[in-house]
This record gives sequence, C-alpha cells and structure tokens, in this order.
Amino acid sequence: MIYLELFLGFLKVGFFSFGAYAAIPLIREVVLEHQWLSDETVTYMIAVSESTPGPIMVNLATYIGKSQGGFLGAVVATLATVLPAFFIILLITVGLKSLMKNKYVQAALGGMEPCIIGIIMATGAYMIFNNCIFIGNNIVCDMKSVLMTGILIACMYGYRHVKKQKMSPIMLMMISACLGMVIF
Amino acid sequence: MRKLVELLLTFMKIGMFTFGGGYAMLSVIEDECVERKQWITRDEMMKITVIAESTPGPIAINCATYIGYQRAGVPGAIFATLGVVIPSFGVIYIISTFLDDFLEYEIVAKAFKGIKIAVGLMIFNVGRNMMRKVSFEILSRIIWSSAFILMLLIDIFSWKFSSISLILIAAVIGVSASFVHKLSEKKARNKRK
Repeated sequence: MIYLELFLGFLKVGFFSFGAYAAIPLIREVVLEHQWLSDETVTYMIAVSESTPGPIMVNLATYIGKSQGGFLGAVVATLATVLPAFFIILLITVGLKSLMKNKYVQAALGGMEPCIIGIIMATGAYMIFNNCIFIGNNIVCDMKSVLMTGILIACMYGYRHVKKQKMSPIMLMMISACLGMVIF
Repeated sequence: MRKLVELLLTFMKIGMFTFGGGYAMLSVIEDECVERKQWITRDEMMKITVIAESTPGPIAINCATYIGYQRAGVPGAIFATLGVVIPSFGVIYIISTFLDDFLEYEIVAKAFKGIKIAVGLMIFNVGRNMMRKVSFEILSRIIWSSAFILMLLIDIFSWKFSSISLILIAAVIGVSASFVHKLSEKKARNKRK
C-alpha cells in the first residue's frame, strides 16, 4: 500500500526534522530505503525545491508523493510532513506553554542540535564526495566534477570577500548551471 | 468566515513569494502579520521564532499554525497552514509533470549536472552557518564530530542505521549530561555545608 508507506515515511520526516535543511538527510534516507527514486533525482529535486517558493521539505514531499502515487500520493505525503509540526505547535500554544522552558526538554534539544548540524554537514560532504569519486569495480575520480567543485568554492569565497555577504543559494545554482553547460 | 479566508489568502501570498527556505519566510511573515495587519506583536513574533526553531517541521508552517490559532482558533490554524502549503504544492506539482521531459534535452541535463555539484556545497555550507550560532562546549563538540563521522560512514558504506537514531541518542546524551551536572552541583553544595 503505497499511500500508507508514503504517509508513514513522511510523517517520520516531519517529526524529526528541525528546520528545513535538517529534513534533507531524512528525506534521502526514506527515499533510498524504499527505493522510490535514485540518489541523483533526489539531488535534482533539492535544487528545484530550493529555487521554487515554499519550504523545501514540503516541495520534496509533493514531488516524491506525486512520482509514487499521483495526485493522491502528493497530497498524502505533503500532509504527512506538515501534520507533526501543526500538532506540536497547537499543543504548545493551547496548553503547554511551559513545555519549551522545561529543563529536560532544553537539555534534550541542546544535545540534538550539534548532532543535527553534524548530520547536515556529513550529508553535504558526502554529496560532494559522491559527485567527484565513483566507487564501482574500481575507484574512478571524475576530474570535471573536481574542477567544478573547485571553481564553485572559489566563487563563493570570492563573492564573500568582495561583497561582504553570503552568496544566495539561487545565485550559486545559476552559476553552477552555466558552468555545467560549459564543462560537461 | 471572513477571518478564515483572510488568513488563507495572506498565508498563500506568503507561501507564494518566499524563495529559499524558512528564514527568508520569517521576514515576510513579520512584514505581513506584524507591520501591516498587526495580528501579533513583535515580541510575540520573536517568541514564535524561538519556538519554531526548536520544534520539528518547517519554520513557516510553525508560524502559520501559531498565528492562525491566535486569530481564529483551530480552524484558523488549519486555514493558515494550508495557505502556506498550497502554493508550493501547486508549483512543484506542475514542475514535476515536466521535469522528466525537460531532462531529455542535453543542455538541460548538463545544467543539472552542474547544479548537482552546487547542492552538495550548499547543504554543507548551511551546516557550517548553523554551527556559528551554537554555543560550543566540549560536549557539543564531541556530539557534533561523532555525528559527522558516523553519518559520513553510514552514507559511504550504506549502513542500515537511521539518522533518527543518531538524533535520539544525542537527545539522551543531552538529558543525562544535565542529570550528571545537577548531581555534581548538589555534591559540591553538600561539601560546602
């Protein structure tokens, strides 16, 4: 039953992702575990989600839900990602205002925060690594990808030094799209 | 009823015009709900932001639920939350119908190959920026570095170990650390007596 699988999978994502980017490792995990999409398609959709309006998590849920179960699948997956956030906020505003101030809740969150950051950074690092090096029968290094990674990092640092502000993700993706057309 | 429609439309507008994730959305929500409509005060907005950051789910959804509830109870919360979701649902639904055909073009496929590289960098960078906000005691550093190394190993060797388990373990470590801290404080106080 694909709808139930989608619902439970994305409920898990919605419940354990603190902040939009924290959802990305979880979504990759759920998708790859069920073999709904390839790693590559997920990466493409992350880029599309980043450059379309709305929370990334919701965008990804809609896309994956649709690819697996049509319109109804998209609705089920999207609702499942939103439900945990909805009910938790409702609980906090209705009756448990002091819950967030509880010492143990704070301690648990304090432990989770660095862990989530570690997971996000590892996911990013793995994606970079995965683009540059293929591990099949033998290990192959894709020089074009290494070159592009280098150019993009240089662009990001250059931009920060000249403009004194971070490059927006959309701009980074536009540059990388143009570079991709030239290099590959 | 008018209240509900207004909530739905306002949050649809917020959902439609905010690119680039939660934090961009926060400033739009503040502009719309605090400055213009005066549905909530700036203090309240600050409070929601803090709660939204430490509860699961997209920050925009958390804010919509809270503001909707304050305005019109549970129905308000539902309408505001749906408002944020509907535009991105629609846009992605339409794009996903075209994406596969779109990728057939060689030039588009090449562009996406380039974008793929940017996505990894972008995600890594978001993590690094988040790190600046955390007060880094020794325990946090240990949790961070073990989570980083373990997650990398899980990805590379495709181990069957969910990142959710990592997060839960970290929560348990956080709670037990505060227990130990409390106990040692008690001991110190007893000694002084």
